Amino acid sequence: MSQRYDNTRIDHLLVAKMVEPGSKVLDVGSDDGALLDILCHQRNIKGRGIELSQKGVNKCVARGLSVIQGDADKDLIYYPDDSFDYVILSQTIQATHNPKAVLEHLLRIGRKAIVSFPNFGHWRVRADLLLHGRMPVNDYLPYSWYDTPNIHFCTVRDFVNLCSETNAIIEKAHGLKANGEGISFSAPWWFWNLFAEQAIFLLSRKQD
Amino acid sequence: MTDGPFNPNAPEQQNPSQTDIDQDIALQQARMPASNTITFGKDNPLQLDAGLDLSPFTLAYESYGTLNDDKSNAILICHALTGDQYANSPSPVTQKPGWWKRLIGPGKPVDTDKYFVICSNVLGGCNGSTGPASINPQTNKAYGLELPIITIRDMVRAQAMLIEHLGIEQLFCVMGGSMGGMQVIQWAAAYPERCFAAIPIATGARHTSQNIAFHEVGRQAIMADPNWHGGRYLDYDTTPRKGLGVARMAAHVTYMSEQSLQNKFGRNLQNRQSKTFTFDADFQIESYLRHQGMTFVDRFDANSYLYVTRAMDYYDLAADHDGQLAKAFMGTQTRFCIVAFSTDWLFPPAEGRLVVHALNAAGASVSFVEIDSDKGHDAFLLDEPEMLDAIDGFLKSAHKARGLPEHKSREEQEAHS
Repeated sequence: MSQRYDNTRIDHLLVAKMVEPGSKVLDVGSDDGALLDILCHQRNIKGRGIELSQKGVNKCVARGLSVIQGDADKDLIYYPDDSFDYVILSQTIQATHNPKAVLEHLLRIGRKAIVSFPNFGHWRVRADLLLHGRMPVNDYLPYSWYDTPNIHFCTVRDFVNLCSETNAIIEKAHGLKANGEGISFSAPWWFWNLFAEQAIFLLSRKQD
Repeated sequence: MTDGPFNPNAPEQQNPSQTDIDQDIALQQARMPASNTITFGKDNPLQLDAGLDLSPFTLAYESYGTLNDDKSNAILICHALTGDQYANSPSPVTQKPGWWKRLIGPGKPVDTDKYFVICSNVLGGCNGSTGPASINPQTNKAYGLELPIITIRDMVRAQAMLIEHLGIEQLFCVMGGSMGGMQVIQWAAAYPERCFAAIPIATGARHTSQNIAFHEVGRQAIMADPNWHGGRYLDYDTTPRKGLGVARMAAHVTYMSEQSLQNKFGRNLQNRQSKTFTFDADFQIESYLRHQGMTFVDRFDANSYLYVTRAMDYYDLAADHDGQLAKAFMGTQTRFCIVAFSTDWLFPPAEGRLVVHALNAAGASVSFVEIDSDKGHDAFLLDEPEMLDAIDGFLKSAHKARGLPEHKSREEQEAHS
């Protein structure tokens, strides 16, 4: 993944920038707590996290974050409606069993949802399949097909479709090229889908 | 470990005089403990859930470290069912080192250079706080079953009086495992503004049917011992050793996991080449359990065992809040760190998770650490580095959030002096 000189991941910084300082945030899939740490200490948010792996949770708790062990697929039902300003799903949606249900929960629990994921429509992924006939393995998709936790890959276009199916409004989006450069929000989705290695979406719920 | 000194079918083989001495020490510590005590007099009665006032009553407690000027660095440790106040110092009864020494001490997660650590014997216990072995001032005899039933809420109310007596408005943290964890949960629910942080470990907000069942087996074993004398055994200068021993044996099984029993003992025979075709303790696990039962009766009062097990059975925090656990924590500002162990079948991680979900629903700050361990329920007392790391990280972050002063290690202090 693209990193700055201080080892902060650029996608984390972009997610953090989407969050209003001082707000209440639930980070689903906290990993080792790197993103939540940035949010708590740089954006002054009230942060909570859910992480599937025990090692990840223990690392988060040991760095002083409020994180519980839990499963995005099973445990989001326990959170009341509108209990957070933002619910973040960073690089996790592709590892959930039911991405649609998870996205619906995010939009129910948070006033806004932020979702980031690796784009399976990126030209290098397509080229790997086209030229080598093999599943891509690279810096941001480091697993082989048989040991990957990622079971529901999607492309930017797929995700945009899912948003309309779940009545989510796309408020903002960031595309990240391999060199860490951003893609303009005004660029067409086909362009995003070819050139964004990672995509970050800020969503809100369509009011009935 | 020796074979079969505790055998319900055989005459006692242990030197009776040593047993008598041990029991005398235990009874003496129940009535006149070596630790600090505070007695609340007639003007300060404790209103019990049983509907009676308890007065006077005494709490025995130990403390470690120094209380700071604004009294903001106090940590209350709540002990488990048969624990005591000697969390970080040797017990005068067993001479064993403090039961949570792994956690408490200079440079340890509960750093006695930073924090003032308090641990009190629970009400109904037998290490100096008022319990069934204490003298009832109205009769000048042991309370026995004349002591009203004590609940977890009563224990916590009594502790709250002790903390108030020490002039501490808010505890920096309340922590404990098993029955101690129930007290932590109760503290946080009853006195949220008096707990900045809470660490309930290997516990839950209620006792399950299975848990009540095991306790009932233990209580019936005690009451079935003819030496129990309807609870008045101290008047007869005896104790229901066999009943209490069996109670401990049954309970001890619930503290270990199937895996740890199998790993530790398997089907190994105890000091013999083959089965004896008798009811001797042929298997190591039998011998081990008999030993556990036997050493326990030397240090613990049988009636007290009835009371503390009952206290756990009666605990059901959700029931106190219309069946909704989340209501117990509405609006709480306390920071929680809940710890559970994968092979604990007395308080399985699912019980801890119920508390976590309730805290989530109440919007509380909560961390939940499930530790992969083969040691079962007792893991919280044993060497579990991940538990120590989690508590360490949680306390350090709470320390910062509470605005407690940065702490200099002993080396740094020496370098500056």
